[in-house]
Amino acid sequence: MKWIDYASPNSIKEAVALLSNKNTVARAMAGGTDLIVQLRAAPERIGNPDVVVDIKNIPELNEINLDSKGLTLGSAVPMYKIYNNESITASYPALQDSTSLVGGIQIQGRASVGGNLCNSAPSGDTIPTLIALNATCKVDGPNGSRDLKVEDFCTGPGKSVLENGEILISIHIPAPSKGSGSSYLRFIPRNEMDIAVVGVGTSISLDGDIVKSVKVALASVGPTPILVSDAEKIIGKSIEDEDTLKIAGEAAKNAATPITDMRGTIEFRKHLCDVLTRRTLKIATERARGN
Amino acid sequence: MTKGSNSTNGYKVIGTRPIRHDGYDKVTGKALYGADFSISGLLFGKILRSPHAHAKILSIDTSAVENMDGVKAIVTSQDLPQTNWTKEKDAIMAKTKVLYKGHPIAGVAAINHHIAEEALKLINVEYEILPAILTAPEGLDPSSPLIDETKKNNISNHVKHELGNIKKGFEKSDVIVERTFDTATVHQGYIEPHNATVDWNSSVQDEKVNIWVSTQSSFDIRGRTAEILHLDPSKIKTTPMEIGGGFGAKFDPYACPVAALLSKKTGKPVKIVHTRKEEFESTGPTPGSNIKIKIGATKEGKILAAEATLAYEDGAFPGGVVSAGALCAFATYDIENVLINGYDVLVNKPSTSAYRAPGATNSNVGTETVIDEIAEKLEMDPIEFRLINASKEGVRRADGPKHPSIGVIEVLNAMKKHPHYNEPLPEATDINRGVAIGFWMNGAGPSSINLSVHPDGRINLIEGSTDIGGSRASIAMMVAEVLGIKAEDVTPSVVDTDKIGYTSGTGGSSVTYKAGVAGHIAATNLKKSLIERAASIWGVSPKTVSMENGILFSTKDKSLSISLKNLAKDLNDTGGPIISNGATNPSGAAPSISGHIIDVKVDKETGKIDIVKCTIFQDVGKAIHPDYVEGQMQGGTVQGIGWALNEEYFYNNDSYEMANPTFLDYRMPLALDLPMINTEIIEVPNPAHPFGVRGVGEASITSPPAAIANAIYRITGIRVNQLPIKPSLLMESIKK
Repeated sequence: MKWIDYASPNSIKEAVALLSNKNTVARAMAGGTDLIVQLRAAPERIGNPDVVVDIKNIPELNEINLDSKGLTLGSAVPMYKIYNNESITASYPALQDSTSLVGGIQIQGRASVGGNLCNSAPSGDTIPTLIALNATCKVDGPNGSRDLKVEDFCTGPGKSVLENGEILISIHIPAPSKGSGSSYLRFIPRNEMDIAVVGVGTSISLDGDIVKSVKVALASVGPTPILVSDAEKIIGKSIEDEDTLKIAGEAAKNAATPITDMRGTIEFRKHLCDVLTRRTLKIATERARGN
Repeated sequence: MTKGSNSTNGYKVIGTRPIRHDGYDKVTGKALYGADFSISGLLFGKILRSPHAHAKILSIDTSAVENMDGVKAIVTSQDLPQTNWTKEKDAIMAKTKVLYKGHPIAGVAAINHHIAEEALKLINVEYEILPAILTAPEGLDPSSPLIDETKKNNISNHVKHELGNIKKGFEKSDVIVERTFDTATVHQGYIEPHNATVDWNSSVQDEKVNIWVSTQSSFDIRGRTAEILHLDPSKIKTTPMEIGGGFGAKFDPYACPVAALLSKKTGKPVKIVHTRKEEFESTGPTPGSNIKIKIGATKEGKILAAEATLAYEDGAFPGGVVSAGALCAFATYDIENVLINGYDVLVNKPSTSAYRAPGATNSNVGTETVIDEIAEKLEMDPIEFRLINASKEGVRRADGPKHPSIGVIEVLNAMKKHPHYNEPLPEATDINRGVAIGFWMNGAGPSSINLSVHPDGRINLIEGSTDIGGSRASIAMMVAEVLGIKAEDVTPSVVDTDKIGYTSGTGGSSVTYKAGVAGHIAATNLKKSLIERAASIWGVSPKTVSMENGILFSTKDKSLSISLKNLAKDLNDTGGPIISNGATNPSGAAPSISGHIIDVKVDKETGKIDIVKCTIFQDVGKAIHPDYVEGQMQGGTVQGIGWALNEEYFYNNDSYEMANPTFLDYRMPLALDLPMINTEIIEVPNPAHPFGVRGVGEASITSPPAAIANAIYRITGIRVNQLPIKPSLLMESIKK
């Protein structure tokens, strides 16, 4: 039996010091909805930590800042504060889609988008959305702070670019351009409390019917969330053209590298990438048009 | 609330919906479940389980644990009585071979469960891994390994039922449909895991083994634990705690003998509570199966022949449920020529347990989808086709007995004229409607009830049936009805095995039937004694005294009258306390019939299935407390829906380890997956019960999978041949 210490620092500096202490294995905790389950079920998979560093008392990590440049979310901001904030959901509807379907109400009361990203599960429901929305993240650590794109953050199941002692400070999503919309859809065989068989996050901006920019990202079909670069082939095409949706769907299908497991087969998951990409594009388009 | 029967037919209490007696404690968290139980000096036990599905045990080395801090005792199969070794003992702790992943090998008691858990890791077991099998068809394959090497094959039980001449029946048939189905292993999925706290009191004068446990049968726990430990059952006292669901799976003693041995060694009470993973991997799932159904009918719609070949997983030890599946396969129909072959097949999975109408859902999905297909081929309405062939009282079942009173026709007629069956479907082509009916014969058994009189005139009711479905309320209501008092004025409690006569388990939908009979006897006796007491006080003949609405009165002299309340106060001074009892082993349980109309939606691009609307019809004999009857109908329906759509023991290729032993990935339906389950109570009284009761707990699970499959056919043109009907499989078929 292993005793685990609990620390609750009030500043980033203090947190970084705790996380980079060479004598202990420390893990940062925001909502704890993944971490506590892992500590109980398989602590060896997260390095058998002996200190849990609760970051919720660090003021900067709880900030929400929405201005003309975009949205900055502290890494400990719980999901319910996002989907209950009409200014955020109006600008980033995909973020509302994602945060309101993670777990159940109780989970959404504690779990944070930052935590979802740091947990780096291939099925994380908010990550494709962040990628589709061109989000970047700010990391601080013993060697100073750095910024990077969310699409470069996850490196494998449960693995990220975070170095020992580093902590995710915030996520920044640029302000949406005019005529843009976004959407996230997840396929599960039930209607709640499940892990994505496939998740697709999409953002699009339109000039009339013509696609000006598009970004599609996938969950649960590879070791990390996947950016579908070939979806950009539809830039310049009419979104009203069925072929346009097909091209994007096909691109998603080709970008996916799923496995067969209890949640779905390779074929089924690839098929769902196509279906959900087309569906998210339609929803994002409707939202772009203000419907 | 659903609109249900509230017919009281002249009854004052029966058919009403009083608040359940145990409700307050449950909603306020005061009710004590097995895991809540604590006692001075308590130790915590954990069980070491096999990581392999099939292996020889070469050695077990516990030396690393013996002197570990905080560890108080270790037990293995060597600590069980060694003479007359039985499979039942082997199921408690394996001796020479492990037969499934999760098979218990050793138990550890420690000062807390963390230490016990750590200790398990230090027990070194050497195995020689053997080839394993997981499904019934694999088990039947002659080239498969034998689970029990003393036997010639893996068939542990073969039942065969025959009526008429099956060959001739098919020859005369105009339409014949034959289909094969595979259904996955599923779990009962009750919320509360198995648990046991045992205190072995080794006092020479009065050796006693006290067990506190969550169980459907405290007397079964007593009897089976006694058998395994070579004790006289009288030396065991089982106290049933509140139970967080059972559905048939809470009869086996599982951890009780292990905790008992640990308690004997330490002289302290030991508590073991299963984790969810242990529940999935080591307690009773209900079998996966392979079902072949062939039915032939004339062009006029008369079924002439029906054949079923059923192969059910038995799990690691004999005791499977194919017999019930075979009995139920065609029981709702009057068919001249029938042949049913059923096989329980040993496989390397945990020993299967009962699960709500055990075995019946498996065969039903075959029968009721083939029936639907024949009706379609004959261009007949599926309910009309069933009505033509419906079984009735006096018709012989293929397994021998003639049906007693049975409500197949009443249920089908109620379905046929119901608005849900007749309302037009939405215009969308992705929604359609399916129907199916189901059968469960119901059981009985010995039952004991004691009654006494509280000083305030309320009646104290003591029973031995553990309450999993509201039976405290329903038995209290039947007693109240006889005495002419309110349900609230009867105070029921379930007591330990030393405080009540033998009472058989809460299963087979038997309790409201058998305890109702016992309660009726006890209440009738009590009423007689109360009348005699009043008569003796007044010095009149008991024949001239009556009791109604809680008042005793002379039928001859209006001035002579006393309330039960006032009489109760004076019992001691007027001749002493009044008690009564009812003890019986009644025959005469009668079957319950379920029927489902289910509207289903299929997303043809993803294969996702949603239940849009669902109505269950069930012949319940007489609904004593309609809320709890509806609860049973709804609960069984929901479990049937889960079985149909997503629930399964999932194994990755070449793995013998269940991949999804959590409620996250063992996908039971959740609130958003279900519409309101509408209920229609049908009451065809059972003449063998004083109030007409039939058991109601089980038939409801049997028919949803077939009704859903029949609806899916109408949407997609695909005849489902597999449970669960998961989206990936359905999508594969749609694409073809």
